[in-house]
Amino acid sequence: MTSAIIREITGRGIPLPGDDIDTDRIIPGRFLRCVTFEGLEAHVFADDRQQNPDHPFNQEKYLGASLLIVGRNFGCGSSREHAPQALMRWGIRGIIGESFAEIFFANCTAIGVPCVTVSAEDARWLREVVAAHPEMELRLNLEAMTVHAGDRQLAAHMPEGARRQFLEGTWNSTFVLLEAGEAIERTAAQLPYVTGF
Amino acid sequence: MAETLLDKVWRLHTVRELPSGQTQLFIGLHLIHEVTSPQAFLMLRELGLKVRFPNRTFATIDHIVPTDSQARPFADWLAEQMTVALVKNCQDFGITLFDLGSGRQGIVHVIGPELGLTQPGMTIACGDSHTSTHGAFGALAFGIGTSQVRDVLATQCLAMSKPKLRRIVVEGTLPRGVYAKDVILAIIRRLGVKGGVGYAYEYAGSTIVAMTMEERMTLCNMTIEGGARIGYVNPDRTTFEYLRGRPFAPQGEAFERAVQWWQQIASDPGATYDDEVHFDAATLQPMVTWGITPGQSVGVTEPIPEPEEVPEAERAAYWEALDFMSFRPGQRLIGTPIDVAFIGSCTNSRLSDLRVAAEIVRGRKVARGVRALVVPGSEAVARAAEAEGLHEIFQDAGFEWRKPGCSMCLGMNPDRLRGREICASSSNRNFKGRQGSPTGRTLLMSPAMVAAAAIAGHVVDVREVLR
Ligand code: SF4
Repeated sequence: MTSAIIREITGRGIPLPGDDIDTDRIIPGRFLRCVTFEGLEAHVFADDRQQNPDHPFNQEKYLGASLLIVGRNFGCGSSREHAPQALMRWGIRGIIGESFAEIFFANCTAIGVPCVTVSAEDARWLREVVAAHPEMELRLNLEAMTVHAGDRQLAAHMPEGARRQFLEGTWNSTFVLLEAGEAIERTAAQLPYVTGF
Repeated sequence: MAETLLDKVWRLHTVRELPSGQTQLFIGLHLIHEVTSPQAFLMLRELGLKVRFPNRTFATIDHIVPTDSQARPFADWLAEQMTVALVKNCQDFGITLFDLGSGRQGIVHVIGPELGLTQPGMTIACGDSHTSTHGAFGALAFGIGTSQVRDVLATQCLAMSKPKLRRIVVEGTLPRGVYAKDVILAIIRRLGVKGGVGYAYEYAGSTIVAMTMEERMTLCNMTIEGGARIGYVNPDRTTFEYLRGRPFAPQGEAFERAVQWWQQIASDPGATYDDEVHFDAATLQPMVTWGITPGQSVGVTEPIPEPEEVPEAERAAYWEALDFMSFRPGQRLIGTPIDVAFIGSCTNSRLSDLRVAAEIVRGRKVARGVRALVVPGSEAVARAAEAEGLHEIFQDAGFEWRKPGCSMCLGMNPDRLRGREICASSSNRNFKGRQGSPTGRTLLMSPAMVAAAAIAGHVVDVREVLR
């Protein structure tokens, strides 16, 4: 389980309107009754899709899209990794938005799905342009930190630590953390509550 | 140099700086439950790894347990399967499990503190966003996802970036009928649901210092609703006295040495913060949410804002919320009929919450047509409440007295809203579909307000009831 280097994601986009989309909406609680993540993609946005036949995830023209375009504070709420897992298993490889909730961002990073932010204006423009041209190929480049859409190039942002995890292929952190070896036990041994005061 | 609790605890738990620029942070206490751990154990098995510090992880079962009959096997086969997986994983990897009927089971954020597992100066992680609750003890406690649960199991560490720190100062005496729940709802309303992204919150000021540990837990619990992953209160006498004698707290002389260390962990006077905000307790009133995020709230006597009072950028979300809830701009929530009253969740299911609610329902009856339930946060809470006769007060009034679990906070078990029901709820999230019905509607409020609404059959100002 070494992780792959992720420099660039290309593919079609799927725009998702709205701000503060919480993880209960991405994958409602009743679908968390499971012991693996398998098959979660079938339930992504289950309730929203049922209530809104025009929901982007119901529209055939977006099938096969790999870049999700969102608004502000995407993924707030519960820490359930089921949310990014459902999106990833549906086919999402990267997410572009105005801002992300912190635990969601960390969960996406841990499974190799980069989340980058663009300005509010660019996020809006991107959603409009993808809705009008669902066939358009987008390119998210983590080296240059840009999003290419048609003949436009947008500036993208991501905390440097996470960015390097993708560029160095260390986003799956288990092995990186294991490399610390005995330093872990040494740190523990200095904590009074570990040694029993 | 003067340091904050965040600085000190972060420094003491730093194993090393990672090539990515993040910190490899040692995790002092790891709590797990049945929903977010099975996949982590699966990954561990696939990698052929062991649990590095099995005695620093503790498990319980809370999210999917039924709260009426807890006889096994559960009627819900999926819930049963998750339970079996948790029991097996704990056995195979040598982890202590506080199982149903052990006397120690309960909502993970209720039992950690009550068993004395949660202590000042620790780093605490759990695959659950409300891990921020444990910050009430002066710990750095935060929610993680399943891959990070795997990391903690395998290495007892996480790769983390140190957050900035905002000090939230609340001064003054809370008016009668205004509780810790109202304080945190008011904070979230002012700072916004994403105001805390990138920050940890340090709660300070005379109001916080005067709070009991249970009130501080309610406050820290909903930190994540304000976007901050970590929220804490500096440890003090109240903290130490709460911990004294708890099963997993240091005992005897070790306890006195622990107190010494815990005192040193608190933020130093003169430490600097990235930001500071102030609240005046005297101006707060009981809060109620009217929307679909915990930031969409008003004081109970205030009207829902008019569209022009809402910042342009939030207006779409404002209309979406009103549409979902079937409320109007300018409407007041007092008088809004409710279908369900839920007292429970890791925010407000502790003994003090049940006492406050019981005081309000004593000798009264739940309004006709209202389904009302009390779900204690843990087996210990249930025991203590029953010893005081609280269950009888609730039952006499027409409440159902249930077994401990998360229950209708997220509706993963059979306790769910039906259709478009409106629920007065002491929980923490009013997201669309949160309480188990895709179209169900949640009004977040304090347990006292829920109790008062259950009796009246509609939203009331609890201050009127207390008068
Ligand atoms: S009570 Fe609700 S918020 Fe708390 S842990 Fe359970 S499901 Fe999560």
